[in-house]
Amino acid sequence: MVSLVKRAGSVSVPLLVVSACSSPLSALNPAGPAADAISILWWIFLIGAGVLTLFVMCLIAISFGGPRQVSERRWTVGLGVGFSLVILSGLLVSGIAVGERLLPKEDAIVVHAHARQWSWTFSQPGPGGVWVETERDLHIPAGQPVDVRVTSGDVIHSFWVPRLAGKIDAIPGRENVLRIEADRPGIYEGRCAEFCGLGYSGHRFRVIAHSLDDWPESIPLIPAEEAE
Amino acid sequence: MTVTPQGSDTDQNASSQTAANLPQPALRLHWELDRVWRNDRGLRGQLRAVNHSTVGLRFMCTSLIFFGIGGILAMLIRTQLATREGAFLDTELYNQIFTMHGTIMMFLFAIPMLEGLAMYLLPKMLGTRDMAFPRLSSFGYWCFLFGGLILLVAMFAGVAPRDGWFMYTPLSSSAYSPGINADVWLLGVTFVEISALAAAVEITVTILRMRAPGMKLTDMPLFVWYILGAAAMMLAGFPPLIAGSVLLEMERAFDWPFFDPERGGDPLLWQHLFWLFGHPEVYIIFLPAAGVISTIIPVLSRTRILGYGAIVASILGLVFLSFGLWVHHMFTVGIPHMALAFFSAASLLVAVPTAVQVFAWIGTMWKGRPQLQLPMLYILGFFFTFVMGGLTGVMLAIVPFNWQVHDTAFVTAHLHYVLIGGFVFPMMAGLTYWLPMITGRQRIKGIGELAFWTILIGFHGTFFIMHLTGLIGMPRRIDVYPDNPEWGLLNLVSSVFGFIMTIGFALFALGAILQAWLGKRTARDPWKAPTLDWAMALPPPSYNFASLPGPAITGMEDAGKAALPLARGEGMLPGAPRGRREVLVTSVGEARMEHVAILPSNTAVPLFLAAAVGVFVLLMLFGLYHAALVSLMPVLWLVWRWARNMVSQSAIPPVHVAPGVLLPVHYDCPNTLTSTGLRCFLFANGTFFASLVFGLAFLSLVSPGPPPPEPAGTFAARAVIIMFGLLALVLASVVPGRLLQKVPSRAVTGRLVLFSLAANLITLLAAGGLALWQMEDPTVHARGAVQAALLGYVCLHVFISGVFSAFVLDQNRRGEVSADRLGALRHWKLWQAFTMAIAVLSSAVIFAQGVSI
Repeated sequence: MVSLVKRAGSVSVPLLVVSACSSPLSALNPAGPAADAISILWWIFLIGAGVLTLFVMCLIAISFGGPRQVSERRWTVGLGVGFSLVILSGLLVSGIAVGERLLPKEDAIVVHAHARQWSWTFSQPGPGGVWVETERDLHIPAGQPVDVRVTSGDVIHSFWVPRLAGKIDAIPGRENVLRIEADRPGIYEGRCAEFCGLGYSGHRFRVIAHSLDDWPESIPLIPAEEAE
Repeated sequence: MTVTPQGSDTDQNASSQTAANLPQPALRLHWELDRVWRNDRGLRGQLRAVNHSTVGLRFMCTSLIFFGIGGILAMLIRTQLATREGAFLDTELYNQIFTMHGTIMMFLFAIPMLEGLAMYLLPKMLGTRDMAFPRLSSFGYWCFLFGGLILLVAMFAGVAPRDGWFMYTPLSSSAYSPGINADVWLLGVTFVEISALAAAVEITVTILRMRAPGMKLTDMPLFVWYILGAAAMMLAGFPPLIAGSVLLEMERAFDWPFFDPERGGDPLLWQHLFWLFGHPEVYIIFLPAAGVISTIIPVLSRTRILGYGAIVASILGLVFLSFGLWVHHMFTVGIPHMALAFFSAASLLVAVPTAVQVFAWIGTMWKGRPQLQLPMLYILGFFFTFVMGGLTGVMLAIVPFNWQVHDTAFVTAHLHYVLIGGFVFPMMAGLTYWLPMITGRQRIKGIGELAFWTILIGFHGTFFIMHLTGLIGMPRRIDVYPDNPEWGLLNLVSSVFGFIMTIGFALFALGAILQAWLGKRTARDPWKAPTLDWAMALPPPSYNFASLPGPAITGMEDAGKAALPLARGEGMLPGAPRGRREVLVTSVGEARMEHVAILPSNTAVPLFLAAAVGVFVLLMLFGLYHAALVSLMPVLWLVWRWARNMVSQSAIPPVHVAPGVLLPVHYDCPNTLTSTGLRCFLFANGTFFASLVFGLAFLSLVSPGPPPPEPAGTFAARAVIIMFGLLALVLASVVPGRLLQKVPSRAVTGRLVLFSLAANLITLLAAGGLALWQMEDPTVHARGAVQAALLGYVCLHVFISGVFSAFVLDQNRRGEVSADRLGALRHWKLWQAFTMAIAVLSSAVIFAQGVSI
């Protein structure tokens, strides 16, 4: 506690933000195309929201200058409807465009992620149709899209690797698909992101992306077209 | 504004031609009215109180106490999260605490607070003496209090709900939440929601039917428009939650698998029902707050509101739009992307009416000369906070961004910006604005300002950086984060500022208490406000107005000027010369005077009824289902007492409300407050029914689960029983309509009503036969379970129809039914028709399902 307070004094705020962004679960530290696209959205949102907040605060500050002649239409229709619709339409289009781009479309390697209270089991097809299971660690090739088919064995969980992509829920009775891709080999932290009871805080997993050269021998690798 | 009725020649409204009543000594009028309207003395009097000022204040005070408790829970959460290892609470307790924090703030603070404010202010703003159904106000309060106490006691006993305030299944199903924790939530919150529905009904009726004569809908103060919008949303928004809670409780209690994917149920059905309520809920909370803002800004800017019409239009827009965007809480459950795009667009669109209001408010400030008094400070706090919360809300409506930050601390930050910015700041503005009215005293200078700055700094210090905490990966609802040192400092900062904010709220409470205790007497109408709530002595007398504001309310310039003539009895219906609680009832659109309603006086029946319902809830909670069924007998008996309480034994002569204006008393009128109230309730009830049908459709058409088993019995037998039951119900339903056309002799009436009662009972027997021999076992598959739930719902309504007919039978026996005194006949007919409609629709749905396999 004391050391934390000391650190609070010594670490300057920009440094704090930079170090925070590079954390292993940070959506602002993207390492794949989906997370990358979303983080760009965020920085645009941040700038836009900052400008808009400043704009509104200025309008309010000016109002203290004394009574003025005001046009009702300019405020309600002009600013209220027109101005906001223009901004919102732009947002909607960009949102849908990015969302469409992140959807699973062309073939990809298919793996399964099965969540339980409180563990993750991953499985991928091996040679001869044998499924190979791994606990807690999901191995994927770097630089290739991977479709994760997410299921649950008990309550609702959510599969989330912030540096690679957004999240998708694991819902009993359903199978949901999330496309992830890691640009480079590395270890990417993942965790359950839907409250699932007592073990929720520690309900974590890892995605390990390998280059094809040093692919672990214990894990079979099947190209997308053969797996289908 | 003036109350001297000086109707113009062109005005078609007959009531505006009336002359003023003669002035009387104000003090004598006060004694006369206070004797009739005040609460009885002592503790007994408090328990019997039904007066809207008393009950409204009670709602507000109790909800503020719950706000304090919820705040303490928040501090426990912040203490736990201040350090990585958080060795302060164990996980089980932590889960209970964050669940209770959310539940208390939503259901025991925000909703009751706005109900209380509306209940306290509406009759004063509308120019009348009480709410439409004073006993219902009181009943709602006791339900709120008892339900809240059940939740609190459970928390202190260590069995509080622990599945998060939105109680997602299957985590909240009996398999993963054994014990009574989840039942406490489902039953306790549903108990509290009775008060929300009761408030919604009586608020709607009060606004539609009890406005001062001549106050057209389009003349209403904006606050009233906002409350009307919120009440309408409550009527449509709470039934899905109640339906979902009832279904989940039945799954937990009787193993009916509505949400179990192994047996054809679907966990997503709960999410749909919950958010069908949960998103409108946000606007239900925001609308009254926006009403407060629309009231205060023009008064403290010494001008009129800019864009009244545009604001009313955006209220209506919000009411409708907010029911079309619940799915934005479910962007990560695997719904197809194009469907998400639709809900994303709807979620963005809802920002437009909000923007219209924000800019209308700022425009109003430009137009006037804003004064930086304390309420205005809180309004500035609202602007600063809410604009940012709205902008993060817009971000969350963008699907891909939502995929990243959903269920992280970013969402926690956003929702606190919206709820504290959009509700708590405006409510504090409202409290500082209306406390001189409530207490009759001026505030102590300085404390309020100090509280404001402490809260503002504490709030933003806590939640602004929490956006970042979420973006760098911290989910909501975790209790420790040993592997993520990078979250530590951010959380510590949030915790420190959280405590600062709490100190601010304590200062606010201190200021309010000191004001009520030590403040100097305030002058009448201290803000020079235009609305009628200030046209009275402060604090307001039990009856509000010694005489009611007349039809000549044209503008809304200065309420203070109207106070004196009203107190001298120059308005309508002066005093209480007949020793009864009398108010005017007006028409919905134009507010023409229709009749005089006699309101019930102090009574303990609402308290007893709430206690009886509480016994039922507790028995359900402890799994004593047979005893729970028996405990409905006292409930029924008290409802009967309640209804008998206001039956008139003999004819009551019409009343002079002003020279030349003679109005009948409500017993002799077709379109009473009760009729409007029953219609409002049936609207909410219809939404409940629609939620059940939605559930059935969702499970059959969308859910992936296993197919249902072959139904028991044969199609032909099922058809025969259903048609027989419907036929009996038709016969039962014909009777009240026939009697309303022309009431025959007492003996014939008695025989007809008895026939209808028997027909209702036969319908119940047919339904019982259907359940025994022709329906699937409801525990086998979700489809059978929903069908059984529908059948049970219809049976309940047939049973109540039977009770209605029995009540009319009893009235007829006592000689209270005749051609010009129809008793409960009209309401019975309405209920019986509703029952008929849902029975036919349910049968059609069940048949359609039988055919589809």
